[in-house]
Amino acid sequence: MNAVIKADRLTKQFGDFVAVDHISFEINPGEIFGFLGANGAGKTTAMRMLCGLSRPSSGRAEVAGFDAARYPEEIKKHIGYMSQRFSLYGDLTVAENIRFFGGVYGLGRRQIKEKSNELIARLQLQKEAGQLVRSLPLGWKQRLAFSIAILHDPKIVFLDEPTGGVDPLSRKQFWDLIYETADKGITIFVTTHYLDEAEYCDRLSIMVDGRIDVLGSPGELKAKFKVETMEDVFYLFARRAKNTE
Amino acid sequence: MDRLLNFIKKEFLQVFRDRKSLLMLIGLPVVQIVLFGFALTNEIKNAKIVVVDFAKDIGSQQIITKLASSGYFQIKKTLMNHDQIEAAFKEGNVKLAIVFPDHFYEELLHLHSARIEVLADASDPNTATTLVNYITSIINDYDGQLLPSADVPYQITPEIRMLYNPDLKGAPNFVPGVMAMVLLLICVMMTSISIVREKELGTMEVLLVSPVRPIMVIVSKMIPYLVISLVDLASILLLSVYALGLPIRGSIVLLFAISFVFIITALSLGLLISTVTSSQESAMTLSMLSMMLPTTILGGYMFPIENMPVPLQLLSNVVPARWYYIIIKAVMLKGLGFSYIWKETLILSGMAIFFLVVSLRNFKPRLE
Amino acid sequence: MIELNHISKAYKEGAVKALADITLCVNEGELFGLIGPDGSGKTSLFQLITTLRLADIGSASVNGLDVVKDYAAIRAIIGYMPGKFSLYQDLTVKENLTFFCSIFRTTIQASQGLINDIYVQLKPFEHRLAGQLSGGMKQKLALCCALIHKPKVLFLDEPTTGVDAVSRREFWEMLKRLNASGITIMVSTAYMDEAIQCKRIGLIQSGKLLSTDTPEGIINSFPDPLFAIRSEDIRKLLKDLRAYGKTKSCYASGEYLHATFLNDNPSEEVFALLQKLGHHSIEIKKSTPTVEDSFIQLMKS
Repeated sequence: MNAVIKADRLTKQFGDFVAVDHISFEINPGEIFGFLGANGAGKTTAMRMLCGLSRPSSGRAEVAGFDAARYPEEIKKHIGYMSQRFSLYGDLTVAENIRFFGGVYGLGRRQIKEKSNELIARLQLQKEAGQLVRSLPLGWKQRLAFSIAILHDPKIVFLDEPTGGVDPLSRKQFWDLIYETADKGITIFVTTHYLDEAEYCDRLSIMVDGRIDVLGSPGELKAKFKVETMEDVFYLFARRAKNTE
Repeated sequence: MDRLLNFIKKEFLQVFRDRKSLLMLIGLPVVQIVLFGFALTNEIKNAKIVVVDFAKDIGSQQIITKLASSGYFQIKKTLMNHDQIEAAFKEGNVKLAIVFPDHFYEELLHLHSARIEVLADASDPNTATTLVNYITSIINDYDGQLLPSADVPYQITPEIRMLYNPDLKGAPNFVPGVMAMVLLLICVMMTSISIVREKELGTMEVLLVSPVRPIMVIVSKMIPYLVISLVDLASILLLSVYALGLPIRGSIVLLFAISFVFIITALSLGLLISTVTSSQESAMTLSMLSMMLPTTILGGYMFPIENMPVPLQLLSNVVPARWYYIIIKAVMLKGLGFSYIWKETLILSGMAIFFLVVSLRNFKPRLE
Repeated sequence: MIELNHISKAYKEGAVKALADITLCVNEGELFGLIGPDGSGKTSLFQLITTLRLADIGSASVNGLDVVKDYAAIRAIIGYMPGKFSLYQDLTVKENLTFFCSIFRTTIQASQGLINDIYVQLKPFEHRLAGQLSGGMKQKLALCCALIHKPKVLFLDEPTTGVDAVSRREFWEMLKRLNASGITIMVSTAYMDEAIQCKRIGLIQSGKLLSTDTPEGIINSFPDPLFAIRSEDIRKLLKDLRAYGKTKSCYASGEYLHATFLNDNPSEEVFALLQKLGHHSIEIKKSTPTVEDSFIQLMKS
């Protein structure tokens, strides 16, 4: 299987400070990959390089078949992105948001209409389609943001802490969406603070001080370190971090 | 191209949904046109002048009548002698004095030339120059009308003296204006922003839920700006005296005392604004709209208040800077003492107390 | 120690109902957790009890003092850590501490006993601007400043949001030690797993209190037997179980699926069904519900 994301000794340096330290991994199509680590460990910096938003200092990253350093614009055409702050316009309606982002992704008018109807039906937002997004409950906004991030059927979707502060039911429903999406063959790259969500991933990595210290499926890792839960695994590693201050 | 339209469409949607910005984008230009087009003008009408008529003959009477009916002048008083002129200027409202010498008309007819003394209050050099020009043209008119068929033209020469500012420097006019603006800027805007910032950051919550009395929070916010404004005031004065060559004729102590009262007013207004806004942006916008704009337009140093339509004149009475400006000019340029400005000082002090009380009352010990 | 009676509050002239008829009691010396998602009313509730806002209906008191009339007295005995980090980002750690000490008319030395544990962690960063600390450190500093005057009651509004798992764990260790020293603590969080660290918890959603009890009590009132099920293909398992007619609820929870069924002993039937559908390594066991399971259950009803 051709890996959809390849990182080979990917590094980012700011002056003397090494934010991302020679990380290497491969992610396969349709995988749900969890990208874990404490604040300040380098997760966001690494993600930015993979999204084509930041240039690597050294090493290589290939995303959706394109070299991140040389063709960042191409990468952006094949990926979706959703951050915790939801990246939707609160002062536009649901329908307007869909239409706008559809246009941004370069979809034609008919396509947008089709996908818009699909999306609204899937999320059951028929009554809310004309409402301003900021009046929606948090859980609905999240699911809407995610659906919009994959509107253009990208190969990969990057989720930056997508489930913060939501009630547990909404969180489950969100992950239902993620599963559906992965089943369609879209690769999911997600960072999260919730360690139970780490269990939902096919594989995951833990970053510490810019390095990837742990990589594998939840089952493998728990067996390897002889612990019961992912939280225990995390605790074993993130504790050692020097860079959290 | 499609994408560009997509973005533009979205931007328009967002602009139209933002009521506050819409008000500014559409409302403000309308207000400005109305104000500048109809209400504000640099033209001078009904300027108050005094006349000293030693001649009391046809010539002086005719000229006085011409002046009175020109629409530019309003003869406030007819004085008996020169000494009264200074007092009239000090009272404040008089912009110009004309003195007709003895035997004015006789001299004019026999010698075909005569002199008139014109004294103008040049603390506002623009107004003074304009008024002098009006007088000169009216007198020339009169010259021409006198005996058109005469072979030697009649010539009345106005001897012009610019009082308080003989060099017609612009500084005497704008320095007090700058003083008012600077104090307002520091005290109103910065105070309100500083208090609102605490609210925005959340530190205000922590302070409120502590044993500290709210008044302490307020006072601690105001004092730095009070000190800074006094320091700024001192530097403005120093610069005016030494760099611009502008003398301070009156008492410096009085100057600072009045400024102190004005500062208190401005600080209270800053506090008041902070109690009705919840973001630093709106604090700044409100400060600008409610303070800077009215002060610039109605303060009296860019556009003469006497020439505004009555409703605007009434409105300007409520602008604290207007009174501050009058007092400062009187003290700095004319060297007047407290006895001349007590009325304006009383008004300014009244405003200071009023706003202080209102703003303190409005400051709530809770978040709402 | 803390009492709320039929508290209701709405914003924007009644359009947004933040709190609906909340009645709640926190005993002296308790560590009470208010568990609920964003927008459920936790912050409004805190602001009300700490006398920062007024309720539309109902009454509340802290240590017998009424929040409306005796607000000044209450403010003298409580410590409060609001949601976002609310110390001065442009002052150093030491400057912040000194400032808050002076507000409460005490010194760092005097409050040593209480804050020492946290203070030793902060000491190396004494001269760093508060804004440059990591999330976990910021929260520790904020906690210090809230404790400085030895409050009787401590209110913490989502102190661990956005903080990594390790720092969260350490923070809760600190809270428990503080609680052990006699301080009543009321803390809100959106993390379900932090709930079991509390003596009693209140589950809040959309301004309504769904349940108030000890964690065990809440778990025990879970109506149906809960089963933890897993197989090699979790995603297929989820689909299949949801399609099964007798499944009442089914969702992912860690490495297992949590499911309830219409009958009380479905294990054999379900096992057979799953085998038929081609699942391997099937595991079905009865499981104790977690606070999260209870919350979801309460939300649905």
